[in-house]
Amino acid sequence: MLPVTYTVSDVEMDTLFEVESLKKYFPVLGGVLKRKIAEVKAVDDVSFSVLKGECFGLVGESGCGKTTLGKTIIRLLKPNAGHIFFDVPKDELEEIKKLENGDPKSRRLKELTRKYDWARFGASKLKSIRKYVQIVYQDPTTSLDPRMLVKDVVVEPLVAQGIARGTKANERVIEVLEKVGMSEKHLYRYPHEFSGGQRQRIAVARAIAPNPRFVILDEPTSSVDVSVRAQLLNLFTDLQKDLGLTYMFISHDLSVVECISHRVAVMYLGKIVEFAETEELFKKPLHPYSQALFASIPVPDPTKRRGKPPPLLGEVPSPINPPSGCRFHPRCRLAVDICSHEEPILVETSQGHFVACHVVAPSKRG
Amino acid sequence: METENIVEIKDLYLNFYTYDGVVKALDGVTLNIKKNEILGLVGETGCGKSVTSLSALAIVIPPGNIEKGQIVFHASNKNFDILSLDEKDLTKLRGRYISMIFQEPRAALNPVYTVGEQVAEIYFHHRKEEMINKVLTELEEDLKKASGLKRSIYKRDLSLYKKMLENPKSLSLRIYSKIPILRRFQNRMKKVAKKEIIELLKLLNIADPPRVVDMYPHELSGGMAQRVVIAMAIACNPYMLIADEPTTSLDVTVEAQILYQIKELQKKFNTSILYVTHDLGVVAEICDRVAVMYAGSVVELADVMTFFKNPTHPYAQSLLESIPRPGKKFVSIPGTVPSLVNPPKGCRFYDRCKYALEMCPTTKPKLLEVEKGHYVACHLYGE
Amino acid sequence: MSTKKGRFAELKKSMQPRIKEFKFTMSRVRKSPLSLAGLAIVLFNVCIALLAPVIAPPTQYDPFMIPRDEKLGWRYEPTGPSSTHLFGTTSLQVDVFYGCIWGTRFAFILGIEILAVIVIIGVGLGIIAGYYGGVIDEIIMRFTDIILAFPSLILAMAFVAALSRSGWTVLNAVILSIILVGWPGYARLLRSETLRVKSEDYVEAARASGASDLRIMAKHILPNSVYSMIIVLSLDFGTIVLTAAALSFLGLGAPPGYADWGRLIYDSVSWSSSGFRYWWTFTFPGIFIVLFVLGWNLLGDALRDVLDPLYRRK
Repeated sequence: MLPVTYTVSDVEMDTLFEVESLKKYFPVLGGVLKRKIAEVKAVDDVSFSVLKGECFGLVGESGCGKTTLGKTIIRLLKPNAGHIFFDVPKDELEEIKKLENGDPKSRRLKELTRKYDWARFGASKLKSIRKYVQIVYQDPTTSLDPRMLVKDVVVEPLVAQGIARGTKANERVIEVLEKVGMSEKHLYRYPHEFSGGQRQRIAVARAIAPNPRFVILDEPTSSVDVSVRAQLLNLFTDLQKDLGLTYMFISHDLSVVECISHRVAVMYLGKIVEFAETEELFKKPLHPYSQALFASIPVPDPTKRRGKPPPLLGEVPSPINPPSGCRFHPRCRLAVDICSHEEPILVETSQGHFVACHVVAPSKRG
Repeated sequence: METENIVEIKDLYLNFYTYDGVVKALDGVTLNIKKNEILGLVGETGCGKSVTSLSALAIVIPPGNIEKGQIVFHASNKNFDILSLDEKDLTKLRGRYISMIFQEPRAALNPVYTVGEQVAEIYFHHRKEEMINKVLTELEEDLKKASGLKRSIYKRDLSLYKKMLENPKSLSLRIYSKIPILRRFQNRMKKVAKKEIIELLKLLNIADPPRVVDMYPHELSGGMAQRVVIAMAIACNPYMLIADEPTTSLDVTVEAQILYQIKELQKKFNTSILYVTHDLGVVAEICDRVAVMYAGSVVELADVMTFFKNPTHPYAQSLLESIPRPGKKFVSIPGTVPSLVNPPKGCRFYDRCKYALEMCPTTKPKLLEVEKGHYVACHLYGE
Repeated sequence: MSTKKGRFAELKKSMQPRIKEFKFTMSRVRKSPLSLAGLAIVLFNVCIALLAPVIAPPTQYDPFMIPRDEKLGWRYEPTGPSSTHLFGTTSLQVDVFYGCIWGTRFAFILGIEILAVIVIIGVGLGIIAGYYGGVIDEIIMRFTDIILAFPSLILAMAFVAALSRSGWTVLNAVILSIILVGWPGYARLLRSETLRVKSEDYVEAARASGASDLRIMAKHILPNSVYSMIIVLSLDFGTIVLTAAALSFLGLGAPPGYADWGRLIYDSVSWSSSGFRYWWTFTFPGIFIVLFVLGWNLLGDALRDVLDPLYRRK
């Protein structure tokens, strides 16, 4: 049973990831000489933490940067700025925070960041972190090499990182396939011979083969049927319990996120606008964007029809030229003067519930 | 003969002839869409809902082939047997009486033509006479006020447009349309069309229509592109609109906007809509009746309240159970969809059904009415 | 349990799905008569090449030197087809039949040698250019630009002339020249394929799995670009042999008396002024060339039709 409603903040949980002020921009090249003429601010100054053993939900619409955020954390992309602290023991994490606030240029801080900050890692160090973090993609058709047999697909992380080879690797492959509900007889087949749900299982098997600590699930159920979706979600929760995994569940399907995540963050145009424990967030969303987002989900109950005009009008602006100040202000029903020239910061409105909005959660300064 | 149905699909069988065998995609689909209603067609991948909706327009993608069945379309006072019409008559129907919108809006728009040009194409194909008559009235007005050179130009334009109505393929018209300067007589018609198009786009709440008309599809966002596609579909005020998962690829806030738009348009124009989707939330939001398909046939057909309150067919029940609810474990339907190359002889849901009876694997259940307007194909409720 | 038997069984098992794919490809080939014709012609040529020593037994140390008929002496004028010389003889009483048969074998050897090197260079550079991008890409692409700026035959002629002057044998010069002129096309093709494959999810997934650049290039990009390369390869086989024949025809190829179609036609040029009087000197080599190139072209076209839908089917 998935304990969806335990309060995370009460218990002293260990942090797996501590992300600070993360930025990822993509250059837009143009002109004859292909120079940088603009930047897509996909992830713009995002800070949060992921606790060990939890399922961290990340929701938002297309263009909000959630996939980019996930990929940047596991260093498939190189961040432009910010820190990604992985698996720092609690006392050292406290030390880092104290030094950042007090003595940012201290040698001890530099030492600690060099040891734990993935944002600083170069190519050689990155090779060693691959076994800790894995990713399951949205579309199992394109995330599995169509020219490789199932056994080659699943064994790749083991062989590429030198974790195991030969018979030991094959044994591990069979072990992992059985964990995801497939079997040895599927080894010598091509991925396209399987259904979407089975292909996604193969992708999951590949992800858990190197025994990682953290898996990013990037919209893993969006490309499969409704009946298969439940099977996959059960698989994820079982594996989490079984293997002690930590998940980041990225999705635009809010009903699924509500059921599987412990804490959820809502992103809009590269920023986290609201962040709370699941039950709290879905019961009482505070940020106007979160409210509009939740109100837009079509509920499978005809007695609860909306009928009225849609909760949110207009389109998401381009992340190349986001609106000034609070990014949501042009579409926000609560917008006031300050919203157009000052960016709101995340403020804790109640235990574990953070909102970035001048109106709903004004910050203490100014 | 006044019926309340606008389209009736009777016993449709469709096969796909592939390298791996004959895929029996549709196995006796019976469905009816009433006038002025939104019918939701629900099912999972491979159940045949898209194929059914395409067949309603007699669009069969090879290697498919319709084996048996009848599709009848009841227009205002005429009946059309869709499957027996030839291409020429079908092109007159498509876009004018029955329109279709697809899942990927940007795939439905031609990337090398502007929005205006594509919508104009619909107008010129189906409503050319209307356009020309409008031009003629305009021209006659201008002719009265003009003098001198303009007068002779207008006179010539008038004769050309009149000729368009009588003899569209005349030689002089064709020559005029090819030579650059003489071609200018077409500008009037283009202007009239543009005005109509802008009005149409306003109807769909597209912001700043005069600017959008000259934009290319890749410059549009997903929601805007889908609105343009819908505009093209309703340009000729069709009797029926077929929507094949039009909001699946859109964000949820945009989806809410489009659903609201579709509902408003339906109320305004009394169009019947066949809405194909796999999202039960969307069905609950806008549909009047629901039809559930599984592995090539309709298993349940009911109005939307009854369906959600009291789903009768075991598959429909499982579908509703599998909707994720917080705090509860996810319920899935065990097993997988049977291969349609070698489908089971009896009920195709038999091997995944909790309530399977002895006769289920051998005889196929027929779609029967269990209460008024509520049809189920299951031996549990059979004769 | 890594026994020899175990490993063999594993190999057989992993070949099975590939064999199934191959059978599917073959069934599509069977559907088109032109592709069957192409396949038949190519197989026919292969048979001739393999059976050359049987059909036309060599009489000299180098089997590619065409035997002359001693009985007919050193007469210049070609003699027509007869029972001893099926296709007649060309200048200096060189047997045309022998030349055509062994010319087939020579064409294959030439084609395979040249293509092998072109593929290795072109594919290697193309994938590296596409994968790394940036400066490496620019440099490699400029090289291809330079070579592609020239008409290939003329550039090849220039290379042959220059190389044979610096001591290379003419035949080796021809091979090297065609290689130099031919690799840019493959580099470009593989570069574009690499760019396409590089953006696919499974390549990023491989990176997330810790695969090194080399591993990704070899195990992911290469196998997925192979299809379009095969199509170009089969079309190119004919073109390369044709280019080599053209060079020989211009005198920049095989030495006199060599079993090469182009050489035979070169010898026949001096006799063609009398019209069709000595028709056998150029007709037979010509037919062989046409048949060879036609076979490969048809096969290449067929492969293109067959392999592309394979993508769609998946």
